[in-house]
Amino acid sequence: MTAPILEVSRLAKSFDDFKAVQDVSFEVKPGEVVGLLGVNGAGKTTVMSMLLGLITPDSGSIRVFGKDFTKNRLEILRRTNFCTTYAALPSNLKVKHNLRIFARLYGVPKPNRKVDELLELLEIDRLRDSITGRLSAGESTRVNLAKALLNDPDLLMLDEPTASLDPDIADKVRKLVRRIQSERSPAILYTSHNMRDIEEVCDRVLFLHQGRILTQGTPAEIVAHFQEDDLENVFIKVARGSENPPA
Amino acid sequence: MNPNIILALVTRYVLLYTRNPVRLIELFFWPFVQLLVWGFLTKYLQGQGEGNFPQVITFLIGGIILWDALFRAQQGVAISFLEDVWTRNLLNVFAAPVRMTEYLAATFAVGFLRVMVTGLMMGLIAFGFYAFNLLQFEWSLFWFYANLMIFGWSLGVLVTALILRWGHGAESLAWAIPFMIQPIGAVFYPVSALPGWLQPVALSFPPAHIFEGMRSTLLTGQTAWQHVGIAFVLNVGYLAMAAGIFAITLRTAKKRGLLVKVSSS
Repeated sequence: MTAPILEVSRLAKSFDDFKAVQDVSFEVKPGEVVGLLGVNGAGKTTVMSMLLGLITPDSGSIRVFGKDFTKNRLEILRRTNFCTTYAALPSNLKVKHNLRIFARLYGVPKPNRKVDELLELLEIDRLRDSITGRLSAGESTRVNLAKALLNDPDLLMLDEPTASLDPDIADKVRKLVRRIQSERSPAILYTSHNMRDIEEVCDRVLFLHQGRILTQGTPAEIVAHFQEDDLENVFIKVARGSENPPA
Repeated sequence: MNPNIILALVTRYVLLYTRNPVRLIELFFWPFVQLLVWGFLTKYLQGQGEGNFPQVITFLIGGIILWDALFRAQQGVAISFLEDVWTRNLLNVFAAPVRMTEYLAATFAVGFLRVMVTGLMMGLIAFGFYAFNLLQFEWSLFWFYANLMIFGWSLGVLVTALILRWGHGAESLAWAIPFMIQPIGAVFYPVSALPGWLQPVALSFPPAHIFEGMRSTLLTGQTAWQHVGIAFVLNVGYLAMAAGIFAITLRTAKKRGLLVKVSSS
């Protein structure tokens, strides 16, 4: 049996009286794409921030590549990367400069060559000399994805990568993520509000609600579990307060 | 510490500066204007005085040039951090395999570069406009700059910790904090000019010793080793204290989710 890339056990985090994450446990296996689904405030971004060491959990443990995150933070981060809507690359630098600098931060051996390779892979080599702040939303997402792939991560975290993209670009990004997964097979943790993202991209879904995992399974299993027609209806049902899943 | 990571971060800050004309102007404009104002005031006062009064007045030019070293070093640390906040890049850096010591070392290096650039410019202007030769301090100049720069770094680290803790509301401290020190820094007047109860307070900060040392060197031509030594010992203490405050604040910020909040707001 393959050892999991990521093992999260009984993770909990509160901010004053607000319980953001409660008793969350899950695993991600090599090459698996796991979706974190949930309404605003469900705890998706808090979970991801804890996995990146940006927020300290109150309790629970995080093991990545079989190692304790707290004790092996740098080693783990060298093999991990992420892309989030909550962060951007400096807007007044050229795309190539931003990417080359992050390549060096991640210890990539030949940064310039790696950046060129990724720009080609993501079909954005024409943007090499563009100023990052002048890119369209779709172009920015691809550049951020390029940053997230610089170190060929074994664990890739994508936090709402299609947020604020039009359906055409969102579709291209989904296909791109699938392509990256099939060509490089990193384990991917993917959060989104977009049900289409989750259905098309994820092998397995964790449905978070009020900081807890409400249910988990393949998108089809979750739809069946809630006795709805599709994931969007499940999402609406949970968001509008019928949070207790059928037994 | 990995020098490649420090170099990569420094490269980024340098690119941020050179690609932003406003930042470049800010780097040269204020030191230039300050030197003009204080330089011409000095010239005017020199014309009015008698005895060694004109000599005493040159302290003002030395004071403004050395004060700028402290201010630029502090800005190098605090503004570099703010650049990451403003560009929403902080999460990218803090979730990368970068040690906090590497991050701070890079901001110190940026502070050093800023001090060198403005110091050179001010030195040339002071010599050309007012015949004030900064090199008259000889090797003392190195010790003055080194001590003021270290204290500037400490203030920069402290300001960074405050911004991390209090968010955007504390941004103005990046500019205000050095000027809170200036009145007791004995930059333009000796410590003896301060009220008696304030003098020990002034002498508990390194700048007072450095500026006293500068005046002593201008008058005697000798390095004021006692002042330099005390300033250095104080600086070691202040830098350690600032690093400790930063480490505690960062830990608190991660516990309270402030890092993510500051970065994404």
